[in-house]
This record gives sequence, C-alpha cells and structure tokens, in this order.
Amino acid sequence: MSDFALTGMQSGAAKTERARVLAKLSFHDAFFRRVTFSAAFTVLILLGGVILSLIEGSIPAIRAFGFGFLASQSWNPVTDNFGALPAVYGTVVTSSIAMLVAVPVGIGVAVFLTELCPHPLRRPIGMAIELLAGIPSIIYGIWGLFILAPFLQQHVQPALISIFAGAPGLSTLFAGPPYGIGMLTAGLILGVMVLPFIASISRDVFDTVPPVLKEAASGVGCTTWEVMRHVVLPYTKTGVIGGVMLGLGRALGETMAVTFVIGNAHKISGSLLAPGTTISATIANEFTEAVGDVYTSALVELGLILFIITFFVLAGARLLLLRIESKAGA
Amino acid sequence: MSSLYYRRRNANAVATTLCWGAAAFGLAWLVMILGALVVEGVKGLSLDVFTQNTPPPGSAGGLLNAIMGSLIMTVIGVAIGTPLGMLAGTYMAEYGRYSKLTVVIRFINDILLSAPSIVIGLFVYEVLVAQMKHFSAVAGAAALSILVIPVVLRTTEDMLLLVPGALREASSALGMPRSYMIQRVAYRAAKSGLVTGVLLAVARVSGETAPLLFTSLNNQFWSLDLNAPMASLPVVIFQFALSPYKDWQQLAWTGALLVTAMVLALSIFARALSRQRTTK
Repeated sequence: MSDFALTGMQSGAAKTERARVLAKLSFHDAFFRRVTFSAAFTVLILLGGVILSLIEGSIPAIRAFGFGFLASQSWNPVTDNFGALPAVYGTVVTSSIAMLVAVPVGIGVAVFLTELCPHPLRRPIGMAIELLAGIPSIIYGIWGLFILAPFLQQHVQPALISIFAGAPGLSTLFAGPPYGIGMLTAGLILGVMVLPFIASISRDVFDTVPPVLKEAASGVGCTTWEVMRHVVLPYTKTGVIGGVMLGLGRALGETMAVTFVIGNAHKISGSLLAPGTTISATIANEFTEAVGDVYTSALVELGLILFIITFFVLAGARLLLLRIESKAGA
Repeated sequence: MSSLYYRRRNANAVATTLCWGAAAFGLAWLVMILGALVVEGVKGLSLDVFTQNTPPPGSAGGLLNAIMGSLIMTVIGVAIGTPLGMLAGTYMAEYGRYSKLTVVIRFINDILLSAPSIVIGLFVYEVLVAQMKHFSAVAGAAALSILVIPVVLRTTEDMLLLVPGALREASSALGMPRSYMIQRVAYRAAKSGLVTGVLLAVARVSGETAPLLFTSLNNQFWSLDLNAPMASLPVVIFQFALSPYKDWQQLAWTGALLVTAMVLALSIFARALSRQRTTK
C-alpha cells in the first residue's frame, strides 16, 4: 500500500533510478542463473568428452586389430602387434583377490563399528579406517614394493608354495619362484585400499535399519550375530552390494599401487605368485615410452576398455545405492 | 542347557571375534604404513630437501622443484575446478532441485568421482598434449581440475541442501533477488561445508600421480614455465622409488612422507570442520 503511495509521489529522477537498480538486479539474477546452469552442463560435456576422445584416440588400434585386440595375448612393440588379453586378465584377477580380502573384512569392520565397538571409540576408529582411503595410492605402492613384497617373498610365499605343493589345482595357483611382487601382492594391496570404501558404505546402510527391527530380534532372544545375519544383512543387502561394487570399481582402475608391485609382464600365468600386468599399470608404465601411432593408440584403447568396464560397475553400484537411499527416505 | 544353546553362543562368539579381528586388521595396516613412512622418511629429512632441486643419481639434492611444481599445479587445478564445481552444485541445489537434469548430472558426477584417474590423464593427453605436441604444466593442472570438480560439486550440493528453507524464504520476503539470496545467505550459511569440500579436493588431488605421468611429465630442473613439463612430488616419488639408486629411493621415501603428512592433515582438518558444523 505504502509502496503505491510512494510511487505516486516519486520524482522522475527517482523513478528512473529505481528502474535502473531493478534492471541491474534482474540482469544479475538471470546472469547468475545462466552461469550456474552452464557449469552444471559442463559436467555432462566432460563425461561425453572423455568417452569421445578415448574412442577417437583408439581408432588406429581398432582399425589395426579389430575385435582380435580383446582376444590376443601378444604385446610386441617392435612388430606393432598388441593384444589386451593379459592386461584384462591381470585386472580381473587382481580385483578378484582384492574383493576376497576386502568384502569380508570390510563388512566385519562395519559390523564392529555399528554393533560391537564401545561408543567413545566409534568415531576415532571409524575415522582411522577412513584415513586408509585418504592415503595416496603411490604411498601404498612404495610401501608395497619396499616393505610388503620382501616380507611376502621371504616368509609367506615359500610357505604357500610348500603347503600347496601336493594339492591338485592349488599347486599351479601357488607355483614358481617367490618373487615377492606379482598378482597376489597387488591383489592384497588393492584389497586394503578398497576396504575403507566397503566398510564406510556398509556402516552407513547398516545405520538405515530401523532400531525397532533389531530390538524386536534381540527381544525374542537372538544373539548379536543372529541379529546381524538374519535381520540387518537381509534388510541392507542392496546397499552392501552397492558398496562392494563401488569398491570393485576403485580396484579395477587403481593405478600406482599396482604398477609398483605387479611386475609388468605381458603374459597370462597360471600362478598367482607370477608377475603380470593390469590395464592401468600398462598405461602408466608404457605411455610415455610409446613410439608410433599404433602403440599409443593401443594404450588408449586399453584405457577405453577400462573406462567402459568401470563405468558399468560404478553405474550399477550407484543404482543399487540410490535404491536403498529412497528406502531410507520413505 | 541344550547343545543348541551352546552352538548359538559359540557361533556368536566366533562371529564377534572375527569382527574385532577385521577392525584390528584394518588398523594394523594403517599403523604399519604410517610407521614405515615415518621411519624411512625421517632419515632423509633435512633442510636440503626444501632448498635444492632433484639431483642426478649419486649427488646431493632435494625436492624443491617437485614441491614447487606440485604447489603450482594444485593451485591452478583447484582454482579452475572449484568455481566450476561450486556453480554446478549451486544450480543443482538451488535452481534445478527437482529437475531431471539434476538427477542425471548427479549420477554422472558420482561416476566421475570414482572414475580411474588414469583415464582422466588419457583424456587430457588426447585433448591438450596431443594438440600442443608437448607435455606441459598446463595440461597437468587441467587434469587435476577435472578431478577437483566432482568432489567440490558433491559437497556444495549436499551442503546447500542442508541450508534451511526458512532462511531462503525470509530473505526472499525482504525482496532479495534469488541470486543475491544464494550468494549472501545460502553460501554464508553453508560456508564451512563449502570449505570442507575444497579441502577434500585439495587432499585428493595432491597425491595424484597417474594423471600427471603423461600430462605434466617431469622435469629435473627448476622451472616455472607453465608451457613446459614440470616436476611434481608424486611423479618424482614414482620415478625415484623405481630407480636402482639408494639416494634416489631415500628421496622418494622422504617425498612420500611429505605428501602423506599433507594429505592426511588436510583431510583430518576437513572432517573436523564439517563435524563442527553438524554438531552446532
């Protein structure tokens, strides 16, 4: 009301002043909105750009090898003949070992943090486990190379070889000289690196279980373990699987730690103790040394394969986690 | 009592012991890694590390050019990535809160957040290095900025969503345009959260090696030229650790200690800051 009255009394100069300020404000408003929108859109373009540039970079290799690239075991820079199979195999094997270590331990840590740990210690221990995720991957690498690998070589691997020497199947899995470095060492380090992701996501989804469910189970006489096993885990299944897949996505793409301890051998070996290679380790090791278009392009195509694999694993993980989020919200 | 009772009690005891064991396992690794870093890294710690450039094998030297290179590229990377991530997060939380585009971007951003960093390096190589035909600090910084964006975007969106709607309504009721409301009220209310996001991004980026290997490469000498290859701590650690020379390996350990101390300090600080906010 008073506004109307004021406008009536305003002089012409004040009116134009007011219009100028309002115009400035609305320009600022529209401008800021546009800027934020374009920034958001940039994120979409980035992902598109990553995919397109990788495809473009791998065209020479795709032309040269076609689908045979995925099935070929050869890796010969001299004759320009490349195949992805050993690298893909190494990636899959090391990630599998990592999952064998990280899934049970990670879920165990999550159970410990939600059910068993004395309350004052929960925050510090939870934070310490998450610090494991904060340590840069190159630190795991240097530690693995200088401390863990020699230890495994001297104490663990000879024992493994002699224990499984007679067992069928296992004797080929743990055969050959103990190098210290190799698939098993890389898998073990990867396992510790992804452990915090699995632990913290499992802990978060365990917290979404309504307390009344747990109380009811305890009320009818279930032990702590039975409550976890028959109430909490079934309730949070999708979320835990999502966390595991997120960890798997990390393990597949992890580069520096693996590069240090994998041994970089482009061959498929039946033994877990033998040196191998992974997609990311191959790229990290050879990219700057690659001469010639086909060599570089073969490495880029490896990167493309890695990106496609991790994309689907991570997308699956996110979809599962979204599902449990909406359940927690409902 | 029946044997079923004992069986259940024993199963519970075994399971809880294993869970204690799992936590001990995780903590043991943390202690072993940090312990080895301190023991091995401190041996090489001296003033030379901060005042001399990386040496040829067999002579004395430090990590000055690598520390400087890391600082320069991290600062540029964060300076490019932070505004982009923050603005994108602002759009998602303030303007497009209920739009489909936001859901898509959030999904894509989550994938970028955990995508292998070496793939980002390949992308920057294809887009920048291959076009300019040489490795450069600019390319390294660009790769780092792409790693900064998803971290900052995520925390910005989360923190702005926590700002109470009543604050926005109050400032709008006073006649504030929306953009002013966001900048003067929402940002201010979410300030410590936004800072946390930036700190986490710096922590993440300063230990990154893979994307720098073929973008900024490495440089044995002191260089401030952004258009030339530049040394960085992680890449020097990588090269020196894998070399056969004892003194290079020692420098790698010392560099590793510096990087880890910095990264862990940043992430602990960031966590403390965000906890302060949530308890308030």
